[in-house]
Amino acid sequence: MTEKTEGGDVRLSGISKTYGSFTAVHPLELTVPQGSFFALLGASGCGKTTTLRMIAGLEDPTTGTVFLGDKDVTGLPPHKRPVNTVFQSYALFPHLDVYENVAFGLRRRGVTSVKKQVGEMLDLVELGDFANRKPHQLSGGQQQRVAVARALINHPQVLLLDEPLGALDLKLRRQMQLELKRIQTEVGITFVHVTHDQEEAMTMADRVAVMNGGRVEQLGAPADLYENPQTTFVANFLGTSNLIEAEVVENSGGDVVVTAADAKLRLPAERCATQPRTGGKLLVGVRPEKISLAHADDAGTIAEGRNRFTGKIADSSFIGVSTQYVIDSPVCPELEVYVQNIERDSRLVPGAEVVLHWNPEHTFGLDAAQDIDAGVETVEETP
Amino acid sequence: MRWIRHHLVVLAGLITLAYLILPNIVVMVFSFNKPAGRFNYSWQEFSTDAWKDPCGVADVCGSLVLSLQIALWATIGATVLGSMIAFALVRYRFRARGAINSLIFLPMAMPEVVMAASLLTLFLNLGAELGFWTILIAHTMFCLSFVVVAVKARVLSMDPRLEEAARDLYAGPVQTFVRVTLPIAAPGIAAGAMLAFALSFDDFIITNFNSGNTVTFPMFVWGSAQRGTPVQINVIGTAMFVIAVLIVLFAQFISNRRKKTALPK
Repeated sequence: MTEKTEGGDVRLSGISKTYGSFTAVHPLELTVPQGSFFALLGASGCGKTTTLRMIAGLEDPTTGTVFLGDKDVTGLPPHKRPVNTVFQSYALFPHLDVYENVAFGLRRRGVTSVKKQVGEMLDLVELGDFANRKPHQLSGGQQQRVAVARALINHPQVLLLDEPLGALDLKLRRQMQLELKRIQTEVGITFVHVTHDQEEAMTMADRVAVMNGGRVEQLGAPADLYENPQTTFVANFLGTSNLIEAEVVENSGGDVVVTAADAKLRLPAERCATQPRTGGKLLVGVRPEKISLAHADDAGTIAEGRNRFTGKIADSSFIGVSTQYVIDSPVCPELEVYVQNIERDSRLVPGAEVVLHWNPEHTFGLDAAQDIDAGVETVEETP
Repeated sequence: MRWIRHHLVVLAGLITLAYLILPNIVVMVFSFNKPAGRFNYSWQEFSTDAWKDPCGVADVCGSLVLSLQIALWATIGATVLGSMIAFALVRYRFRARGAINSLIFLPMAMPEVVMAASLLTLFLNLGAELGFWTILIAHTMFCLSFVVVAVKARVLSMDPRLEEAARDLYAGPVQTFVRVTLPIAAPGIAAGAMLAFALSFDDFIITNFNSGNTVTFPMFVWGSAQRGTPVQINVIGTAMFVIAVLIVLFAQFISNRRKKTALPK
């Protein structure tokens, strides 16, 4: 199972899909490197599943070309593409037992002795004892593993996963995330994973393409997307961001200086997604866990050179490892701050006056012409 | 009092069952009768004469074989056509789909006599010779809608992703249909076929209008009931009933065994 399959990258060139007057996917350029775990992340209706189905051949692109390695497969029907899919809700054949479900692809390609391969594959997904069961006699997690085995046994060039963990409960989903990652490392096949769960995408994938409204908003490694969002949608959809509307007062040398209400904030010029103009607007972003809180009485102890302003605790919730505060400030209403529970300051209760401060390096700048709340609500979508 | 309250449902069930089965039992019992005159209406004495010689009355077995033949061909025709219509109605969007969807119900809703008479008019105008073929055409026609309804229900509940999964797993269009679509739709198709067979076999009104000189089994029973009912009719009726019950029991047995073997090894 350790041999690498021949193949190459998946390349989508100018691919788009329209249904009547509705454009599901705008012309799209996307390259999935061979052997990578690639995630297409977005809210429902963003075009990620349509993109996946175009790679599988289940949907004909309106324009553009699908390449597997150097081969143009755009015109090939699904059964002639070296690509297999793990479907949402698995689509296991109800009239066949687990063994025959897994053997299905091999048999269709005329392989007569399937016993050894099916056995190995069932062992890989730890279902060796369930070969004779029908799909409806398995739990959700077991069905999911059968679906993975049924696809992987064909050694596809690319494995497509369409929300494969959506139907599982939270604990099982965590377990299957690690399991899928382990299998991917073991077989070395390119995985393209469609999900609306940003945590799932970040945990599993090497590279993530965030999609919104039929377009790729940003593409990169999970940490890169998280630390350097280029749009408000990415900033809000991946984790939580505090976005502060500010005015640029100085843009010289390495740092940009902005003002919001009475606060003066700094951020490195290279962390701005847009070219800041003096006198222009800029959205200044900072992640909740980068901010530190000090009680107003201790304001003098804060080191020089940090971004800081004052606020008042509106709400706090104790999570165990951390405490999440909501802070109201003239600079920005409802700022979120996550503080690790190392030494809990008993004065930090709702109503307390506090100073928020953080390293200017941890600040990013976004184009102010966008919707500041883009991507906020969509995170709440239930799986 | 308490006992009655607790067993009311069972009691009601048993009474209903008796109501359904009693006529069959009467038929069965009287197949062992030795009637005094031409009519088999009052119990005389126990005899197995009729069972030993089920074809003892002129034409009874000929009409039975004819009815079975017509039922078989009508079932095959109606099942093949009906299944195709059902798939087309569920899977494809085309013009007049809605109209066809409701027209399919028409043969079920229309009084049989009306349909029989209009079919006869049609056949006479076409100059068709009444007999085996006109009966077969008529039966296939009215069985069709029942098959469509049975298969459509099954196809509607089928996840279209199963077929996509088959195509994704290297099955071409034909393989997908044979390996996935057909086996999953099979219970609906089988139900439709059984319904069609039963409906065709015991149809009287439409057959009577369109048969010409041909005599099917229900027509034979009707005809002989006017002159005297031979015990052989009860014998054949009983045999059909027993065969039907055996088929149901057998199907039950198979599905039970399948369930058991599928459980943990």
